[in-house]
Amino acid sequence: MEVIRSQKRTPSNDTVSNPKIPLYLTARPMEVRLEEFERFAVDRLRVLKGISDGLARGRNPKEMDDLVDTLWKEHMRDPDASVMSNKDIISHFVLRLVYCRSDELKKWFLNMETALFRHRFRLQNFEAQVLCSFFSFMMCLVIKMILSSCSQRAIVGEFGLPYKAVTGAELEIFDYLHGLKERLGQVVRSLGQNSPTATVFNDLIHYSFACYKKVPFEEVPDLVAGRRVLIQKGYFSFDNSDSFHFSYQLVSLVVTQFRSHISKALILTKRRERENDRLTPIVEALSTSYLGPDYSQVRIVHLKFVMYIHRYGSIEVVNFPPQSTEYAEISLKDIDQVAKSSFPLCMRHLFEKVREDHLLKQGGRMQLGLFLKAVGVKLDDALAFWRAEFTWKVGSERFDKEYAYGIRHNYGKEGKSTDYTPYACQKIISSAPGSGDHHGCPYRHFREHEEDVRKETS
Amino acid sequence: MLMLAVIDGKHPGCDDYYFGRREFSFTLENDVYLRYKSFKSASALEHAIKSCFPYKIDIGAVYSVDPDKRHAYSQTGTNVFTPVERELVFDIDITDYDDVRYCCSGADVCSKCWPLMTVAIKVIHTSLKEDFGFKHILWVFSGRRGVHCWVCDPKARRMTNEQRSAVAEYFRVYKGNENNARKVALMSYSLHPFLARSYVDFLKGFFEGELQENQSIFSTKDKYDKILEMMSDEDIQSELREKWEKSANRSSLSEEAISLVRWEQLKNTLQSKKHKAPTLRMCVEEIVFTFTYPRIDLEVSKQMNHLLKAPFCVHPKTGRVCVPIDPNNCDEFDPLAVPTLSQLIEEINSGGSKMDVDDDDDDDDTSLLGKSIKFFRSSFLEPLLKSCKEEIENSYKTKIGKSKDSFSW
Repeated sequence: MEVIRSQKRTPSNDTVSNPKIPLYLTARPMEVRLEEFERFAVDRLRVLKGISDGLARGRNPKEMDDLVDTLWKEHMRDPDASVMSNKDIISHFVLRLVYCRSDELKKWFLNMETALFRHRFRLQNFEAQVLCSFFSFMMCLVIKMILSSCSQRAIVGEFGLPYKAVTGAELEIFDYLHGLKERLGQVVRSLGQNSPTATVFNDLIHYSFACYKKVPFEEVPDLVAGRRVLIQKGYFSFDNSDSFHFSYQLVSLVVTQFRSHISKALILTKRRERENDRLTPIVEALSTSYLGPDYSQVRIVHLKFVMYIHRYGSIEVVNFPPQSTEYAEISLKDIDQVAKSSFPLCMRHLFEKVREDHLLKQGGRMQLGLFLKAVGVKLDDALAFWRAEFTWKVGSERFDKEYAYGIRHNYGKEGKSTDYTPYACQKIISSAPGSGDHHGCPYRHFREHEEDVRKETS
Repeated sequence: MLMLAVIDGKHPGCDDYYFGRREFSFTLENDVYLRYKSFKSASALEHAIKSCFPYKIDIGAVYSVDPDKRHAYSQTGTNVFTPVERELVFDIDITDYDDVRYCCSGADVCSKCWPLMTVAIKVIHTSLKEDFGFKHILWVFSGRRGVHCWVCDPKARRMTNEQRSAVAEYFRVYKGNENNARKVALMSYSLHPFLARSYVDFLKGFFEGELQENQSIFSTKDKYDKILEMMSDEDIQSELREKWEKSANRSSLSEEAISLVRWEQLKNTLQSKKHKAPTLRMCVEEIVFTFTYPRIDLEVSKQMNHLLKAPFCVHPKTGRVCVPIDPNNCDEFDPLAVPTLSQLIEEINSGGSKMDVDDDDDDDDTSLLGKSIKFFRSSFLEPLLKSCKEEIENSYKTKIGKSKDSFSW
């Protein structure tokens, strides 16, 4: 299935309603001008970066819907619908070329494209929900009277997802319903394909009959993780009693499929990449010009590079990206002073805890350790710092055995020799500090006493 | 280490090449750590163990190629060295509960705090069976202060990291760390059915019964202050604080009794005041969850390549054998009664005819590990092997069916 059908609406530019949201399964052969190649990609990149920003600031789903709507209209709109649709597809595939090149880039691209898809899909469905809720409620009453509360049935859905087979006893009811569905389908067709009523009706039949699908829990990991569904014996049933809830689950299901498809596509793209001379410079420029956090050499200039501004009810995180190429280092003797004046709150907290407790758990060591690397503390200095602190509690031998390896590993001197990048705010915010931990984002994980936080930021 | 021959059966040796692609890791004396070890057969493993004498043996994932030959394969195209199958595992460690147990801390464990592990097993086990439909679940004592869980269903072994992460998050309720007072925040108006069932079937009863008996969580000011801080309403906090400070010296009741009385008072106060703020609605439940709900180590479960200690190993620091725990009788398990290596050696030296591992039908088997091995075999291993065989037969039949179809034109 190439695209997701939505309601046909009069051409209006008020929402993200392209008639279709492409799934980017295949790229049809097109001619693309070189300037368009770059321009389309840059515009899409602006959208993706806006999404990344919104997510980092912890916007709720409704706010993200609005944000995506705004961004899309701003950067991707075109008076000509076919040009708009081409731009959508072309820009996606160009960015695939750019972002398949490393794991870091892949992950970012995948997350942003999935978020974009999710919110576009939600925006589509919202209108359908409002109209369908009344009708589907009526339909469900009818169906529920027919079926007993525990019967399930199998429908090979539009997406070809695996469903559990019906049991023998339910087949009769299945036949009846199938017949009912056929008759309803006939009614729809008789109304004519383009009639809005027909489309709405079609959707609601789909929704109503879908209410008894049993889906394996593996298909909707994010619903499981958030405990947003009831699962039994490894399956969950769509809940149609509340059509908003249902379509939320439907969104999740579809988005997971989309994500897994894009993920595989990125891997394939990397393998098949054969760049053309004309494209190489553009492609390379795209990947480093915006969000290529390049910590591969210690190059960060600004010490005050993250500032937190606490406003009532929301946190503003302002990143100063490392743009200059001057070297800056911190020497150990300065580190206390620098910590007090310039470290972001989370890092300062960790730093103070190290000085205080002379120990830090794994999560904290990673978060602070990588940060120190980024800020310009050399490996030898880092080893000296951690050793000086930890040997209060554990002794020099144990330090060498248990902790030195880890520090060297962070700097890429052991094992896989990966030069790990420090954690971005988003990663820290979404981390899970447990008992005994001091890492995490203070605004997210620590006690919400305003005075404490204000004191720290003054 | 003699018993390690038993774990060979644990690996569904359905596929000849399967065992060879399983990663093992040995930790030798002087903390020498050897990863990516693999063996062609059970006897090769046994031989290696006997020659190296590892202190710790961990089991990892089954990879796409033999781990110890991974460098021989180029890393391009379809030949990537990557985990292919791995049991879904959970690790629960009692040190994660240090903020709610008063009898021990750190690596110690006693009969007063071990019940926390018992209730954790019950909650997780029920959910794995009822919610996720898993059938082959093995619970193992970690040797000192916790338990491990191995889910060996075929569909569990094939789960992706994302799916494992989802299951781990499903189980995650406790979000406490050193810097927040309200460690469990149950946001909604009603509990998810999984949480509701856990609360009603296991947690509530445990909290008001065994936990209060063992820990008396309201009996002193330090203890009850911690709980009062979990409530977001300052007035309620001070009301209860006053009441309890007054009654502190007057009462002649035992610690446990005081604790129970105060718990009732807290519940009553909250009941009448819960409309004041949405955060108070679930306060009682939140307190119960904070003290009793399982705290799994998320990182262990999320990744396929995480290594976990092998069952039936000996824990290097305590000498105890990592025996299986029967989830249906986990109340009876006593971590301090688990056989140690020295006890086993003594048993062998004093006439060990009962150490024959293959002796199944010995009903009077009184050897230290006999019962554990029998339980392992009958409740876990045999059903697992049976289901593996069925799976192979089914897929074989399907293959034959398909090839028949393709010939039948």
